[in-house]
This record gives sequence, C-alpha cells and structure tokens, in this order.
Amino acid sequence: MFTEFFKRLSVWEGIDTWIAVTGALAAMACALPGTWLLLRRQSLLGDALSHAVLPGIVLAYLGVSWMEEIGWLAAPATGSGAARVAEGMSLVARRQLALFAGAALSGVFAAVLSEVIQRWGRVERSAALGVVFTSMFALGLLLIRLFADRAHLDPGCVLYGNLEATAFNRLGDTTIPQAVIVNGGMLLVNALLTLLFFKELRLSTFDPDLAAAQGMRPSLISVALMSVTAATVVAAFESVGAILVIAMLIIPAATARLLSDRLSTILFLGIVVAAVGSVLGHVMAITLPAMICSRLGMPQVEDASTAGMMTVAACGCFLLAVFLSPRHGMARAWYERWRLKLRIVREDLLGGLFRREEAASSQPHAANRQATVGDPVRLSWFQRLGRQSLIRQGLIDSGSHGDSLTESGTAAAQDLVRSHRLWESYMARHFALPDARLHDTAEKVEHFLGPELQAEIAAELDQPTMDPHGKVIPTPPERL
Amino acid sequence: MLNSDIFRVLTLQDYNTRVVLCGTMLFGACGGIVGAFMLLRKKSLVSDVASHAALPGIGLAYLILEALSPGTGKSPVWLLVGAAIGSASGLFCAGLIQRTRLIKEDAALGIILSVFFGFGIVLLSVVQSLPTGSAAGLTEFIFGKAAALTAADVTTIGVASVIIMLACGLLFKELSLLCFDDAYAAALGWPTWWLDLLLTTLVVAVTVIGMPSVGLLLVVAQLVIPPTAARFWTDRHSVLTIIAGVLGSLSSAVGILVSAVIPRLAAGAVIVLAGTTIFLISMLLGTRRGILWNWLSQRESHRRIGQLDLLRACFEVLEREHSSTSGLEGDPGTMPLTFEQLQAARSWTAARLRSILSVATSDGSIRQGADAQYRLTSEGMRLARRATRNHRLWEMYLIHFAQTAPSRVDREADEIEHVLAPELVEQLEELLEQDRVRTRLPPVSPHAQLT
Repeated sequence: MFTEFFKRLSVWEGIDTWIAVTGALAAMACALPGTWLLLRRQSLLGDALSHAVLPGIVLAYLGVSWMEEIGWLAAPATGSGAARVAEGMSLVARRQLALFAGAALSGVFAAVLSEVIQRWGRVERSAALGVVFTSMFALGLLLIRLFADRAHLDPGCVLYGNLEATAFNRLGDTTIPQAVIVNGGMLLVNALLTLLFFKELRLSTFDPDLAAAQGMRPSLISVALMSVTAATVVAAFESVGAILVIAMLIIPAATARLLSDRLSTILFLGIVVAAVGSVLGHVMAITLPAMICSRLGMPQVEDASTAGMMTVAACGCFLLAVFLSPRHGMARAWYERWRLKLRIVREDLLGGLFRREEAASSQPHAANRQATVGDPVRLSWFQRLGRQSLIRQGLIDSGSHGDSLTESGTAAAQDLVRSHRLWESYMARHFALPDARLHDTAEKVEHFLGPELQAEIAAELDQPTMDPHGKVIPTPPERL
Repeated sequence: MLNSDIFRVLTLQDYNTRVVLCGTMLFGACGGIVGAFMLLRKKSLVSDVASHAALPGIGLAYLILEALSPGTGKSPVWLLVGAAIGSASGLFCAGLIQRTRLIKEDAALGIILSVFFGFGIVLLSVVQSLPTGSAAGLTEFIFGKAAALTAADVTTIGVASVIIMLACGLLFKELSLLCFDDAYAAALGWPTWWLDLLLTTLVVAVTVIGMPSVGLLLVVAQLVIPPTAARFWTDRHSVLTIIAGVLGSLSSAVGILVSAVIPRLAAGAVIVLAGTTIFLISMLLGTRRGILWNWLSQRESHRRIGQLDLLRACFEVLEREHSSTSGLEGDPGTMPLTFEQLQAARSWTAARLRSILSVATSDGSIRQGADAQYRLTSEGMRLARRATRNHRLWEMYLIHFAQTAPSRVDREADEIEHVLAPELVEQLEELLEQDRVRTRLPPVSPHAQLT
C-alpha cells in the first residue's frame, strides 16, 4: 500500500510544487483574518462575505475584459527577461486591483444593505445576512450565466476554484504562477496588519467596551477587518472559489483554537495548519482517489480536485485536534476520566477488603479471619482490571483462600477508610442527616480528601477515634 | 422571442411549463412554511449547511450505484436519498463539533458547510473522470435545472410537500411553542428534543426537494427570504406561516415564468431574485413593520404631539395673561395670542411653529383673526384644557409618588403626557385625590406653587 502511495506520488513535478504552494499561500493568507473572525464569533460573516462579493467579481471581470478589448489594458507584449516579468507584474496588479475594487464595492454594499434591513426592517441578524448574501449570490450566478462567454468565468470555478489551472497561468516567462504573487502578497499584507494592529485587534475582539473607553474605535476596526477579509477572499477566489474559501477562513483557525489558549500561538498555529493542510491536500488529491478507485474497479480515476481535497485535509487536521489536542482534546478527556474511574474502582476494592478483614478480625473464630475480595467472577471487567493492577503493585495478595491486603495495601486502605469515616463524622456533626444517609456522601467524597483536608477535619472534630456508626477511625502507620 | 410565444408561456399552454410550475410552487410553499419556524428559532442558516452538506451524499450515492450496476447512477430518487443522508449527517456533525464547547455554532456550521462541500467537489471530480460519468446530471443538483423537471420528479416533490405541510399543520402548536420558548415547552414535559429533530428533518426534507429546481446553492434562499418578507405583514405566527408559504410559491412562479420567457436566465437564480424583489416590496410597504408604514405612523404621531404641545402652550400663555382678571371661563374668542408669545412658550423654530399653527387652523382648534393674532376656538379650548390637565396630573404624580425633583418633572411629563389614556387619567385623579383635580380646570402647575 505504501509502495503504491509512493509510486503515485513519484509523478510529482515542478507544477505540483507550484499548485501546493499556491494553495498553501491562499490558505495561510485566509487563516489570519479567519482567526480574528472566529474569536469574534463572526465566522458566519466571512461565509456571507465570500458569497456576496460574487457579483462584484463578475462585474470586475467583465470590466477588465472590456478594457482589454478597447485597449486600455494591453495583453502582455513580446519582449524578454526582466522587462516581460515587470510588464506581467503590472498587468497582474492592474487586473487584481480591478477585482479588489469590484469585490470591495459589493462587499460594502452587502454589509450596508444587511445593516439597513436589520435596522429599518427590525429583522434578526442571521436572517438579514441570509437574505442579502443569497440574493447577491443569485445575482452573481445570473450574471455569470448571462456573460459567461465574455468573462471567461466558469460557474464551477466560481464555487471551487481551479487551482490546477491557476498554476499554469504564469508570470511572464518565469515559472512562477501569478496566483503565487497575488496570494503571497495578501499573506504579507495580512501578517503586517496583524503585527501592526495586534493590540487594537486583541482588545477590540475580547473587550470592545474597554477598547472604546481607551479611545480605539471598535466599529472602525471591525469595518477594516471586514475589508481585509473581503480582499483576502478575492485573492484566494481564483484558486479555491467562493465556497471552499470559507474552509480556509474557518478551519485552520478552529484547529489552532483547539490546540492553544494563547492568542499569538493560535495565530501562528493557524498559519501552520493552513500550510500543512494545503500541501497534504495536494498530495492526497494525486494519490488517494486513484488508490481507492482502482480497488473499486474504476481504474480511470487519476486524481481529484485539489481545492476540494485541501478542505478535506484541513478537516483531517481539525479532527486530529478535536481528539488529540493536549489541553482540550477528547482523547485527553477520555484518558482523564478513565484514570479517575480506575482509581475509584481500586480504592473501592481496597476499602471493601479492609472492611471485611476488620469485620473478620472482630469475629471470635480464627477460621474466618481470612477475608476474600469476593468471587472474582462476580466482578465487572473494570473491577477485575483494578484488582489486577492492585495485585501487580503489591497492595493485594491473592492467596488460595482469597485476597488479602499486604502491609502497604493496609496502609492505603486505612487512609481511605479514614477519609470515609472522618467525613461521616463531619457530616453527622454539621448536618441533621439520618445515619443511613451519611454513608452515601462519604462513599463519594472519600476519594477526594487529601491529607491536608483529613488533618483539618480531624482537628475540627478534636481528633475523633470513632465514627457515628461506632467504628474505629483508623490511623495509617506512617502518621502515628 | 415572439409575443405569441410569451403569451403561450404566460397562459400555461405548455404541459411542461405547467409541470415545472407545479413542482417549484409546491417547494416554494413548503420552504416558506418551514422557513417561518426556522426564522423564529433564529436558525435560518441551518438549511444553508444542510444543502451544502448534501453534495457528498449525492456523489457517494452516484458512485455506489455505478459500482453496483453501471449506468444506473442517475436514478433521481436514490440521488435524493443520498442528498438527504448527506444533509442529515452534516447537521449531526455540526452538533458534535459544538460539543467541544470551544468552537461556537457559527464556526461549526461554517466548517461543516465548507468541508462537506469540499468533499463533494472531490467526489464530483472523481465522477467526472469516469467514462460513464459526465458529471452533468450531478451539477444540476448544484445549480438547479427547473426546466428539466419531469412529471415523476413533480410527483415525488408533491408527495413530500404534502407530508411536510401535514406535519407542520398537525404539530403547529407544538412547533410554535418550541420556536418561541423551548425552555417552557420542556418544562411542560414536551419532548423538545424530538420536536427539534422533527423540525431539522423537515428542513432537510425541504432542502432536498428544492435541490432539483433551484439547486443546492440557493435552496436556503427559499427558506429565508419568504418568511422574512412575510414578517413585514403580520405579527401573528399562524398568519406569518401562511403568508410565507404564499410568497414562496409566488416567487417560484414568477421565477419560472420569467426564465421560461427568457431562456438564457437560470431559473434558480431568477426565483431567488423574484423572492428578493418581493422582500424589498414587503420591506417598503408591509403593514406591520414596513418602512413606509412606520414612517407614516411616526409622522402622524409627530403631528399629534405638535398639536398637543401647541394647545398646551396656548393655554399656559392665556393662563398667565388672565390669571388676575376673569380667569379662563370666558369666551376664548376674546383672548388673542400673538405669534411671538407662542414662540416664547417653547423652543420652537418659527418655521416649525408656523407649520403646527397651519395644521391647527385646518383642524379647527385655532383661528387666525384679521389682526394676525390667533384665538382658540371653543373646541380648541377644550382640547387645550385636557392636554394641560394630563401634563400637570403626570407632574403631580411624579412629584408625589416617584420622588422626582419638581424642577425635573416638566421634561419627563412632556414625554408621557401624549400617551396618557383616559382610564389612566382617571386613575391618576383617584391617586392624587385633590379637590382641585375634580373640577374641570387643570390643577395649578406645580411650578406655580413653588414660585
């Protein structure tokens, strides 16, 4: 299986590197504003924005192709070397500028319109957003359908981009794709803005009122963040399309959020996850589908959409973080819960054994002095697991007549029973509970009383020796 | 296109147009009805996630069908089943993600929407490279192809929408309470979890039946726009639901007819834009919250407040003038007021006072004599007395019961005097129990007592 994987991967060429780099740059550029949106709980706004800029982009495309037609924007001239690269650069810059302008205009229009609907029509926020962005998206699709032949826009590309094709759209006669310049530039701008306005963004995100009181303008920062997000979405648009860009905005940020609680670490990890997810996505796109489909009797399948696979890979990173995150991961939570459960089961076994030995020692017949932990068959599998670990650690001796506590086992059990009986005494002193009810709470609390609390309770109750049921409160040997 | 063709389309002479119209209108009605619940539950955008998450379901269904028996992949029923499974599992995963607690609802929905759609794109690109599989049949689910609806499709849509409408109708009370106050519903012992699941199922069902006609990208519009538009016409939930259904099918009908007349226009997008137009009209003209209506009623109350202020100003000026002589019991026609006197009474600009005066003159509460001075009519005097009385009653109330400083009561009374209903005035009188109050004269202004 691995040999097949590497065989399929060996078709990797220079162009594959550029595809991966383009995707990674787009995703990294999106990760920065995406993190801020996530922390501000405005991820939905990024979603809406990426839909709403569509008519602006289509109109800008139309405008650019119209300007090329009438000669305002010349197609790249023939020439050589640096001159052609420079010309290519300026062409990219002009075209991208037109797109930014169109997208920014429709983004601002959408924001204003949803604000107007929300305020004048007193419509709930998400519904207002829904009305505006679906309408504008419909308008964009309609425009594409109407002018598809003139704008060179394929409706499919609008949704999920065409990463493979953008890598071939090179700058002059270099091998660098134009999209690398555009998305790399966007990444630089975003990183610079984040560094410059880190303090403002942080404060206005976590405490807008304090930010306002300190003379910052949270609403202005919010508008600026929206504009930068819109620009980033447009830059990534050609490569990953309107819908998958949502994944680039949200998933790296969400993954980083699960991995860390520190803002700067989250921002940094978001970029890393974006890069890893994108490269992994392209690797998966050219290997996995063929490997799976050839086994299903569909050998024609060579590869799959890289942009789509990038979201799947990013989602894989996210799922890994959900399970394995050191602080918030499910695996850790499960492990902690399992460890606690095991500790409680072990302590309950020790306590039970101690009580039986105690009861047996008060009996006159020496034959009964040997206590057992009970029929091992009647224990649940978890209890059996606890018993095994107790035997392994030498706290329990499993003799032929049944289990018995060793010396260290007795000490541990005495400690536990001491907690139990001290708590019962404490409850009996301070709460008017019937004796029968004392046991239940003590059964729970006994596992969580440390030596300090034991000492405090004992001191408050004047070092009792008997619990309310008339049983001796044991004192472990080392504390005598 | 020839006019006769347009006529043919608009009079529904084509069997095909009738079929398509029927299917999309049924979907529009269902979308409006279910969307009305989601609007109140503030979860309008859930269906957006449901629709995007359907794509991998469609792709997988196709691939499985092709793997089992090549050539059967485009069976619409199975693709719809796949779509429904995809949507449902997407919403389920969104719920799971929210249980991490660090990822909030909006981010969870965004993640599911984009990841499922991305996975769907991967599957579509795989399908495309199969020899049998130009993805044409599948991309129709993305963009919608209303014109290609067949009678069989419409039968499926019809059955599904009857079931959806029945469910909404039979469980209307339960679903409404869930939307308005789910905690209360839970306290009543209702199975809110199951009701929520039912509502989500309804959303998935509507989303799926809408996909063949408007496409999965724009399905959400039919669940969001009609109910939001209907909100401008009514405050009653039952009426809202019905209006939303009607508006939904209306926008579908308009969209289908327009795109039938102009075939270059994609039906799905036109349906949504027809809905947007209806929304904008509703927002302008709606009788409950419409902008025009609000503006008119605000203007009316502004006018009324101006009149009451004017009359009270007249009364107070006259009261000052005539306090030493006969009092105000005589004929108001003998008590002239100048423009300057009135303007000094309140902080009116000359233009505002002039417009208020002209309204008052046309209402018949004030007359302007030949000497350019103003006189209250007897009806005007009655109204002025009442306005002043309301104002002073409220001032007295504020001083005696609300412990407000006398110097501040005038401003506060100014705000409330216009909305004092007669019953409230009676209650105030009882409360204040002052002899002076029982006469038809207004009580003396507390400010006068102070000075």
